[in-house]
Amino acid sequence: MKLIHIIPLLSLATAVYAAPQTFDFKDPKGVNNAIFKLDAPLESINGSANGISGTVSFDPENPGATTGKIVVTTASLTVPNPMQNTHMQSDKWLDAAKYPEITFEAKSLASVKTDGNVTTADATGTFTLHGVSKEITVPVKLTYLKDKLSARVPNLNGDLLVIRANFLINREDFDINKGQYEDKVSPTIDLSLAIAGACAK
Amino acid sequence: MKKTLQLLAVLVQLAAGTTWLATGASRGWTKTSVMIKTLDPVTGIEGVSYEKKFLPGVDFLGASIGVAGVLAGASLFFRKTKNNNHQ
Repeated sequence: MKLIHIIPLLSLATAVYAAPQTFDFKDPKGVNNAIFKLDAPLESINGSANGISGTVSFDPENPGATTGKIVVTTASLTVPNPMQNTHMQSDKWLDAAKYPEITFEAKSLASVKTDGNVTTADATGTFTLHGVSKEITVPVKLTYLKDKLSARVPNLNGDLLVIRANFLINREDFDINKGQYEDKVSPTIDLSLAIAGACAK
Repeated sequence: MKKTLQLLAVLVQLAAGTTWLATGASRGWTKTSVMIKTLDPVTGIEGVSYEKKFLPGVDFLGASIGVAGVLAGASLFFRKTKNNNHQ
């Protein structure tokens, strides 16, 4: 094979290697979760959600170009008190039947800092809750775990991407009982996301 | 009957108070499950699951006080049983 034939092949191989990878966040192990906390007079309300899915496009050579969409099933939000759970899912609060998904679609990253396999940045995108979409910016931490998929899912080679984010939202911005029950349930909700996505090779 | 209802009221209150104290005297709302966190060794993510567990809270205590109150209140509608064992 002549050199003139090898160069395009090498270029193609490099291009394939450097292409962004698509990570799937549907976690068969059910570890991915979002935790929410709200202040209330008697005690803070702590709950979680594990119905997480979505895809993220991540390029290890260019983490700043990361984009993607994470979806949380509203019905998967759980609190330990059964009555609070029923109220939360009802049409008085989240209306899970009418708004079955809570989503965040990241469109761009800013203030990107990469150290080894860890990237921190501010992700700007559209957060949709209770049928209301708002553009928000949240701090995120991306950890790229090359060739670690087999450690999690035997016989499956590939990479993992762990995303962590912690941010506050105001329920009133999303038309959830605006100006009501503020003495019982804080308008500010503290959200923590810890999720891992897989990209099989 | 009067005494029986009063005794029941005391028993309900004692049982509820003992249960509340024995399960950690939670000053929050009653919970029927508790959050369990387990660390995923590969990703370092703390997975969340729930274990069914009854943890009575102050609403449980309040309800038991209500039930005991109703029983004690109902006892007021009955007259004292006369003791017929005269010498």
